[in-house]
Amino acid sequence: MTPIDAPRPLQLNDQGQLRHFLTLDGLPRELLTEILDTADSFLEVGARAVKKVPLLRGKTVCNVFFENSTRTRTTFELAAQRLSADVITLNVSTSSTSKGESLFDTLRNLEAMAADIFVVRHADSGAAHFIAEHVCPNLAIINGGDGRHAHPTQGMLDMLTIRRHKGGFEHLSVAIVGDILHSRVARSNMLALKTLGCPDIRVIAPKTLLPVGIEQYGVSVYSDMAAGLKDVDVVIMLRLQRERMSGGLLPSEGEFYRLFGLTEQRLKLAKPDALVMHPGPINRGVEIESAVADGPQSVILNQVTYGIAVRMAVLSMAMSGQNAQRQLNQEAEESN
Amino acid sequence: MNLPSPAELLPQMAAALIRHLNQRQISEPRFIGIRTGGVWVAQALLETLGNPAPLGILDVSFYRDDFTQKGLHPQVQPSELPFEVEGQHLVLIDDVLMSGRTIRAALNELFDYGRPASVTLVCLLDLNARELPISPDVVGATLSLAADQRVKLSGPTPLTLELQTFAN
Repeated sequence: MTPIDAPRPLQLNDQGQLRHFLTLDGLPRELLTEILDTADSFLEVGARAVKKVPLLRGKTVCNVFFENSTRTRTTFELAAQRLSADVITLNVSTSSTSKGESLFDTLRNLEAMAADIFVVRHADSGAAHFIAEHVCPNLAIINGGDGRHAHPTQGMLDMLTIRRHKGGFEHLSVAIVGDILHSRVARSNMLALKTLGCPDIRVIAPKTLLPVGIEQYGVSVYSDMAAGLKDVDVVIMLRLQRERMSGGLLPSEGEFYRLFGLTEQRLKLAKPDALVMHPGPINRGVEIESAVADGPQSVILNQVTYGIAVRMAVLSMAMSGQNAQRQLNQEAEESN
Repeated sequence: MNLPSPAELLPQMAAALIRHLNQRQISEPRFIGIRTGGVWVAQALLETLGNPAPLGILDVSFYRDDFTQKGLHPQVQPSELPFEVEGQHLVLIDDVLMSGRTIRAALNELFDYGRPASVTLVCLLDLNARELPISPDVVGATLSLAADQRVKLSGPTPLTLELQTFAN
């Protein structure tokens, strides 16, 4: 018998490589940089005549979406297909969960179909983590967004967007604006920016849309756009998530737009070459003016393109880490 | 064993390549080096030829056949081909030909850019250890190593070869 090691982080294998991708919390800077570098290489693949590489040929990627999504689902599908994997997408609202099957049973059935990777989106925070820990630990589990908790691939595609347009993070001021309270994107972005060395991370929001304990992310909090946007290099707008609000948080959308909407006028407070980002879907006239969303500083559609490359990187790295772990386990078994 | 010096191999490789291309009446080939050693050899070869042609760079990490065993190369970088592949005569350059698997991966990748008219393979060393029916058209030197030996190329300037022995 070999002694049991201290528990290692769930997302990493014994060699410190990614095997699940659940959250950016606790991942070292080197690993985030490796994801960005790998994604850069996949971006080049997307520009070729044949936009496909054989890396995951013969592997099966299962997208299990318990919550609606257009961009995340389709870009995960495209990413898996461009890696030559077989892909199935399950929109669970239209499948057997509505016949009473539990999450556990749905996933065990998919595992029995020899799936290698699950991409999971769920309305409950911690769903992907639960699956990686208790349901299918030997499959690569990728979090495609869980409740208010994390959306790590969105976080990394935002980082790739910033790095490709600004060259790095060391001298940047980045403002995240709007509904921070309900936003898993905001959480993932704050964590990633911090880890990658961004010195000035600002959140701008009405007090009712800020989570308790926001300071623990090492950000400065503003409740006024004029002060918060002053001389920033990047503005990340968030969607107002009305479907998650139980009322009473906002007087009205009009009021929100008047105070926190990103208009051409307000954008002038930021640096002249400031980037405008948004994870989508955008609500024109609710958090962002059309002229800004479609304007020369907007990189909103670039984010979508980069999202495919980031998802290709994460899928292949997690598969690679799971393979390595399987080999390590085998070797350990043989030597016993 | 004494390893040859790359600087001495390059002039005769250049001459052999010119002969090979002339025989096939190829006048303007496109040069492509395989990252990392192949790129160094390609740069040195173009310099020896006095040819200012742009060099394409291929990173075959996404095309390797050992992904399941070895995983993704952590330092993968984008391939950069500053020209069309479709219908072109290509000269593919690598440092050391061993199993032939890197070349297979490189050919697979090249065909995803387009359908070349031809591919000529140039290698600095052939280690006589091929596992696939892949053979260089131009080679600097051929040698056979013991099972626990490998050759490592350092560069880009100067290019040097070093014999490494792995303890088993």
